[in-house]
Amino acid sequence: MILETEALTKRYRRRWALRDCTLAVPEGAIVGLVGPNGAGKTTLLQLVVGLLPPTAGAIRVLGGTPDAAMRSGRVGFVAQDAPTYADLTVADHLALGARLNPRRWDAAAAQDRVQRLGLPPRQRAGRLSGGQRAQLALTLALSKHPDLVVLDEPVASLDPLARRAFLDETVAGATATGTAVVLSTHLVADLAHTCTHVVVVVGGRIRLAAAISSLCATPAELEGVVLDELGQATDDRQPSQ
Amino acid sequence: MIRLALRQFRTSAWTAAVGLVAVTAVVLATRAHLVDAAAAARRVCGSDPHCPALTSFVLDNTTSRTVFGLVVAVTPALIGAFWGAPLIAREFEAGTYRLVWTQSISRSRWLAVKLAVAGAATVVATALLSALVTWWAAPLDQAAATVYSTFDQRDIVPIGYALFAFAFGVTAGLVNRRMLPAMALTLAGLLAFRVIVAEWIRPLVVAPRVLSIPLDPDRTGYGSGGNVLLGIGPSKLEPEPPDIPNAWIQSVHVVDAAGKSLTDQVSRAICPALGQEGRGPTGPVPEAVRQQMHDCVVRIGERYHQVITYQPADRYWTFQWWELAMFTLATALLCGYASYRLRRFRG
Repeated sequence: MILETEALTKRYRRRWALRDCTLAVPEGAIVGLVGPNGAGKTTLLQLVVGLLPPTAGAIRVLGGTPDAAMRSGRVGFVAQDAPTYADLTVADHLALGARLNPRRWDAAAAQDRVQRLGLPPRQRAGRLSGGQRAQLALTLALSKHPDLVVLDEPVASLDPLARRAFLDETVAGATATGTAVVLSTHLVADLAHTCTHVVVVVGGRIRLAAAISSLCATPAELEGVVLDELGQATDDRQPSQ
Repeated sequence: MIRLALRQFRTSAWTAAVGLVAVTAVVLATRAHLVDAAAAARRVCGSDPHCPALTSFVLDNTTSRTVFGLVVAVTPALIGAFWGAPLIAREFEAGTYRLVWTQSISRSRWLAVKLAVAGAATVVATALLSALVTWWAAPLDQAAATVYSTFDQRDIVPIGYALFAFAFGVTAGLVNRRMLPAMALTLAGLLAFRVIVAEWIRPLVVAPRVLSIPLDPDRTGYGSGGNVLLGIGPSKLEPEPPDIPNAWIQSVHVVDAAGKSLTDQVSRAICPALGQEGRGPTGPVPEAVRQQMHDCVVRIGERYHQVITYQPADRYWTFQWWELAMFTLATALLCGYASYRLRRFRG
């Protein structure tokens, strides 16, 4: 397994962000993490990349701790809103990727990707469009040739057309290299034609984790299943509030 | 990583370089005049340290001397607020900590390199600035003969202040995660630690020399000191501190042979007329009042003498090194804490 969690729990001072989350992601899987805003998607992903320590439970990434996995350079991560350094240029960012990942950085691949996407090397990241910035951040994540790519709402800042293109390109790249992908979204429609697995998170709990092939055949049906889960979860929570 | 840290520090480095060039230009343009004026005053005065020409040479240049001193005193605060506080807080505010802390390099190493680059720049910038100002002010400082009054604006201590401010800013930014509060905290922290060191720690470095001398009727007055904000103390007999060149007078007490301090009751019993005349310094003191005061001090002087504690000029460098050591130690502790805190960072 690329990623395993067991009864993973995260609590911020008073609020439970994630409770008893047990999950297994096999090699080469493309996992769509879906749920309403504030469901715990970002918390789960930040636990995976070691930006947060768990309150309870266990997590194993590439067979080790999240920290060790990140240090090995085998995990690529693009955080929500694709943060980049506004005053550094595209070329600076590639140099940064090379310096921060000396063992695994593929400078040629990074250069190639930037060129293909038409990102001007001398442009400061602060002056790129939202979509270009997301692409730059993804380039940093992919040029390490990671075994696992973690993307937190990677398409939130993109228009529908760019969104489709971004997802297609990510999936094509991952499939070609056998890289596992975990990406979060709050749009069910993103899942159907990109992901192999779906995980529904509501209120910090996993409501559904399954291979899409085992659920149903068509995207419309998948949307129905996921929305049912989301709706049920909301109904369940109502009496307790 | 070093290249990245240098790249991100570029703007700050340019700002510092421009500032230093400006100070250098002013120093070079004005120092020759200062040296000439000092030489002229010395020609008039010979070896007399109290000669009016020397005093007026110092007074004429008080403004520029104060301004240069302020530049040296304020620079550490600026470095702490603009180099230290944003170092990590900016990563939080822009969200880029999620980019840089999820790479192969460990956070400790990332922080160590960032601290090393900006810390080295801090040392170089403040050392140059302090050296420039110390060199510029040398003729004035020599004439004024009060080395301890400009203690915190000369030589090596500004380096310690700047390092401390920088480390405090970094730590405040890591704990608070927002740049503006971290900057404000940095100013408060620097001010507080400087006051603590100056008031309570610096006097402990070396035991002061003690000097017991009789009261001088011509140099002793009666009154109260203080200011409106902190309150004005009760009126008491005030001997003028003795004239020891370049000394730091720590205290002047009027005591009797047993070491008991003179109380106001005792001085009023000896001189009933004490403090009755005059309502503040509205004009020259009448000769009769002066004579009365003189006689009074002579009578008090039969039983009481003054005890002065002071630090002589030749301990100046001892204090400089100790002060630098204290601020450097505090810097090291802050950096250690920041590194520890970063390792156990909780989103």
